[in-house]
Amino acid sequence: MASAATTKGATSRGPLNMILFYVFLAFFVLVSMFPLLWVFRMSIVTKADLLTSPTVTLTAPPVVESYKTVFGNPDFIQALVNSVIVSGSTTVICLFFGSICAYAIARLRFRFKSPIMTLILAISFFPAVAIIAPLFIQFSAVGVIDTYWAMIIPDTVFALPLTIWILVAFFRELPADLEEAAKVDGATTIQAFRKVIVPLAAPGVFTTAILTFIFAWNEFLFANTFIFTAAHYPVTVAIPNFATVYTTDYGAQSAGAVVVTIPLVILVLIFQRRIVSGLTAGAVKG
Amino acid sequence: MTSATSEKKRRGGWFREEFGNPERRLAYYMVLPAVLIIVIIAFFPIAYSVVLSVTDSTITGMGSFVGVENYVEMFKNPDFLEGLKNTVIFTVGSVALEFVIGLGVALAVNRAFRGRGLVRAAVLVPWAFPTVISAVMWRLMFQDPIGIINETANALGIISQPILSDATLLLIACILVDVWKTMPFMALLLLAGLQTIPGEVYEAARVDGANVMQRFFRITLPLLKGTILVAVLFRTLDAYRVYDLFWVLSSEQLESLSTFVFKSVRISQLLFAQGNAAAVFIFVTAFIIALIFIRIFGMQTGTEE
Repeated sequence: MASAATTKGATSRGPLNMILFYVFLAFFVLVSMFPLLWVFRMSIVTKADLLTSPTVTLTAPPVVESYKTVFGNPDFIQALVNSVIVSGSTTVICLFFGSICAYAIARLRFRFKSPIMTLILAISFFPAVAIIAPLFIQFSAVGVIDTYWAMIIPDTVFALPLTIWILVAFFRELPADLEEAAKVDGATTIQAFRKVIVPLAAPGVFTTAILTFIFAWNEFLFANTFIFTAAHYPVTVAIPNFATVYTTDYGAQSAGAVVVTIPLVILVLIFQRRIVSGLTAGAVKG
Repeated sequence: MTSATSEKKRRGGWFREEFGNPERRLAYYMVLPAVLIIVIIAFFPIAYSVVLSVTDSTITGMGSFVGVENYVEMFKNPDFLEGLKNTVIFTVGSVALEFVIGLGVALAVNRAFRGRGLVRAAVLVPWAFPTVISAVMWRLMFQDPIGIINETANALGIISQPILSDATLLLIACILVDVWKTMPFMALLLLAGLQTIPGEVYEAARVDGANVMQRFFRITLPLLKGTILVAVLFRTLDAYRVYDLFWVLSSEQLESLSTFVFKSVRISQLLFAQGNAAAVFIFVTAFIIALIFIRIFGMQTGTEE
């Protein structure tokens, strides 16, 4: 991966070329980060300064008023808790079913592998909005409407393809001879999976867990459709509602948005290398 | 897929062969739970949606058969047509911009340089944001009078009215926010594809006297075709079902196909059956888009090594 880039990078480029390149990179990084930086700035100025003008916003002394407002709101804290529970449960369920399924696809031979993989992949292209009405009726019938399950169940279905797809790519990279050796020593397929593959695949599984968690954390449509009680809202529903709760208190709205993105930004910064390898695994096959 | 079916017809004993072999049987047991979950929660409801769309059902009870009446009404509904128009403009506009800019960025950064980590982080941060939260952030920046973008655009004379109260400006804003959020991701996928092209191919072409443009159109694009198709199809279907961004950025004003379905089945329940017709419409058209990519552009969906 890096070697191809290095050979091309090594071909002579003038200093002006290099300067332009870094100017371009700086611009790119700035544009990507700008909304987060600016909204963070908006979250640490007083209401009066914020309403004066964007220039005043930029130079005003920092205050923590807005963070006191949002953390003083029990619904906001509850929404954070709800999001953690829903995304955490979705991740665990997806990894359980996903790793079993992915192992079979990556390692065992069977006839209908290709149609099954196509079926699973089809879900990631599936417009989720097409099934909200039937699911609403069914969830009401079985009594899970307006509960965590009304989010966890559909989130699991739509995150599973991602989970399986990435895990298959990771499982395929593991050396096959180790399992063969385990089987020669008398281990069953299940034992080979549990004792050999699972520990070896731990880094890949961990990466998949991060991606699944982010996916579930960001889900909005199902939560907005199936949840009516404010106390059950995840952050993705609670934060946009701040516009009606706090109306012109833009500082509080900014603070809410910043608090929700901080865990994701930290995850991304720590695990960026793994995330990139997970995302591009399977998507690009040489 | 087709070869498997024809083979099945030729050899009657495949069932015994598949399930008589313990390893293969185990494989089926292992994939079954995930497949069942997907079929029950996603494919069964689609069939249910189709049924609902040809009846006068409400959210509380099954109605009687009315044929295609809901579809006819839907195509006469100005809200639906507005949603369709906005969705098509949004999809074409955002995917085209994301592809062109993303490819440019991928080509530019396909080399060794200092600060790769920083650039990678800058790529991933917008991608990892929940769409609704990025919509909230941009809405705050577009907000009149406190938003920096609204203020700047006003000062430069680009806009004459607040961005958030004009339908055309809102649609443009949605496209730009989507480009901001997903173009880096597109660039990342294309970069991974570029890095699988061996450097020697370019060297050989250079020796043969091919110029930059020739190398791009004769080598890069053809070799990158597979990656491009996957990335563009994925983004197209994602943009086509746009809901979060429109809903939050425009404060529920701007209509897309998905917001039309949501409003019909969840908010004004008088349009429940028509909303289901629109849901089926989205599903079928998304399916057609995917087929076009696979059949006409010859995209590879096979997962065999």
